[in-house]
Amino acid sequence: MKIYLPLDSAAVALGADEIATAIRAQHPDATLVRNGSRGMVWLEPLIEVETPAGRMAFGPMTPADVPALFGDLAAHPKALGLTEDLPWLKAQTRLTFARVGVIDPLSLADYRAHGGLSGLERALGMAPADMVTEVTNSGLRGRGGAGFPTGIKWKTVSEAKADRKYIVCNADEGDSATFADRMLMEGDPFTLIEGMVIAGLACGATKGFVYIRSEYPIAIEVMQKAVEIARAEGVLGARVLGKGAAFDMEIRVGAGAYVCGEETSLLNSLEGKRGIVRAKPPLPALEGFLGKPTVVNNVISLASVPVIFEKGAAHYKDFGLGRSRGTIPLQIAGNVKYGGLYEIAFGLTLGEIVDKIGGGTASGRPVKAVQVGGPLGAYFPRSLFDTPFGYEEFAGKDGLIGHAGLTIFDDSADMLEMARFAMEFCAIESCGKCTPCRIGAVRGVETINRIKRGDAAAMPILTDLCNTMKSGSLCALGGFTPYPVMSAVTHFPDDFSTQKEAAE
Amino acid sequence: MLDSVEVTSRVGEILTSHKGMEGALLPILHAIQAEFGYVPQAALPIIAQDLNLSRAEVHGVMSFYHDFRENPAGNHVLKLCRAEACKSVGADRVAAHAQKALGIEWHETTTDGRVTREPVFCLGLCACAPAAMIDGKIVGRVDEAKLDGILGGLK
Ligand SMILES: Cc1cc2nc3c(=O)[nH]c(=O)nc-3n(C[C@H](O)[C@H](O)[C@H](O)COP(=O)(O)O)c2cc1C
Ligand code: FES
Repeated sequence: MKIYLPLDSAAVALGADEIATAIRAQHPDATLVRNGSRGMVWLEPLIEVETPAGRMAFGPMTPADVPALFGDLAAHPKALGLTEDLPWLKAQTRLTFARVGVIDPLSLADYRAHGGLSGLERALGMAPADMVTEVTNSGLRGRGGAGFPTGIKWKTVSEAKADRKYIVCNADEGDSATFADRMLMEGDPFTLIEGMVIAGLACGATKGFVYIRSEYPIAIEVMQKAVEIARAEGVLGARVLGKGAAFDMEIRVGAGAYVCGEETSLLNSLEGKRGIVRAKPPLPALEGFLGKPTVVNNVISLASVPVIFEKGAAHYKDFGLGRSRGTIPLQIAGNVKYGGLYEIAFGLTLGEIVDKIGGGTASGRPVKAVQVGGPLGAYFPRSLFDTPFGYEEFAGKDGLIGHAGLTIFDDSADMLEMARFAMEFCAIESCGKCTPCRIGAVRGVETINRIKRGDAAAMPILTDLCNTMKSGSLCALGGFTPYPVMSAVTHFPDDFSTQKEAAE
Repeated sequence: MLDSVEVTSRVGEILTSHKGMEGALLPILHAIQAEFGYVPQAALPIIAQDLNLSRAEVHGVMSFYHDFRENPAGNHVLKLCRAEACKSVGADRVAAHAQKALGIEWHETTTDGRVTREPVFCLGLCACAPAAMIDGKIVGRVDEAKLDGILGGLK
């Protein structure tokens, strides 16, 4: 009997390890594969049992549900049917996440059997310049937040002359409501490795780093093991797959600083310095890690590269809307009924995502606001639920899609408190290099506290302060904190005025 | 507390194992904290000399990052997520409950040295929030009762 049980952090946080213990105790002969998560977090821990008809899903499991797994499966109280038939999964377009939750994350054989390394095999037959063109043609834009075209970044690095170049994967994923990087690294680490190898071959870089935040112990462990396996199997090393140039990589661990997700701060941190943001120019593509040309890409950007090479740039580009091409792993989080990871082409409206896919709030109360794009993203009210999910479309509504995390709030949310928290977070996490961010965020907290006390004169000061932070900050930490703050003020004015009325 | 001879020799071993690494300071500080539970002040000049940095530079790096401690934590470290997705489902309530149950503010340790309470900004468990981490073990959907269970189970 073959049983799949996720090692994914969300599954573990909901008791997967206790279930593994119960299975091993009751059925020592069963083959237990710890896989990635299918992304349906409300059903975690989700177990799958291999049957002649396909994999059958059961969840959310408790240790008490384990004994019945060894009886009539169809009669199991937590039976959900065949995994592939679950509507939430079936409606997705899984390109980047095709193998996550399906394969054994640390089996290279399993990886190959599911199409792994075929992108790299194809890349090995191409000239580096053609590899860069392939990425450009796919329309892939950075999934870390800024949406910069990945092919153009690679082109700059590939054409730079230097004795050493680097590929740095940004796995700092500090935004609330985001966990796609984590799920990919835990569930299909070889995809990220393959993407980084292709990046190295295309740009002429021989060394890669994955900078993973310390809050992700499981992802760190899985990635470390995967790199060792890839090295032992010749995917990494002096000659990639026995024919390519040299490429090797290392896993590095962050130390709890949100700002280290910003690429120049990350590079300083990798160099062993304080995670202070660098002024640009020079671009990291020309002077990055240790002053050498460096590609800094998000996990999902790099992990989307193998499928682009496997299926072709045109296939990838066919999905999407406007200038947002391909698929995006939506991370639906917060007060939501069906939360998790949902990979789909760009273009669904916010309302479809929140109400149809997410099923509304977990509390059953009305949805009040959705923060899109993490702590630097705007709060959207229901009146903007017709906004299609795309870079330009969200920018047009004074928002951003960021790393595609969505936090749903019900009507008990206090938007003044959320605005205050945005400023507080910026104050705690500011690297301190520029004044608008370092001082502005502290003043922002004070000013919002004044508004809360009913001081009407504080509102114009807050607006002014936000303008200063927006135009005067060195990076998007100070520069984008005004998004959550001002969107809360604009869309939820009642939350900023009730206290005042009470005081009058 | 550790005596300085012990610190010197163990830090020396850690430095040796990181020789030749590009940008080795963070991995070194992580290794030292994993070894001692904090970064002893006595380690700083040894690291500085090995990496050809000033002691102030090493201190500057160490103090920049939330993860590195100058002093030992309590026997158990409870990290509670304070970020938005967790707040949307009651993280503030859970944090207030922990504050009351333990009688300590953020970053403080109970007087008996048992528990340190720290904030964390996202554990990537935002679809099963509120999230917590106790001694490195992650927990999802933490409410007051679950928290009491966790605290009650600590030695
Ligand atoms: C404060 C701040 C935090 C950031 N955090 C992350 C992060 O955790 N992960 C990430 O990939 N990009 C993050 N970014 C964006 C990076 O600076 C950079 O744009 C990205 O890593 C480039 O990769 P991409 O083009 O593949 O998106 C952050 C930016 C800022 C200003
Ligand atoms: S916001 Fe708390 S785990 Fe992500």
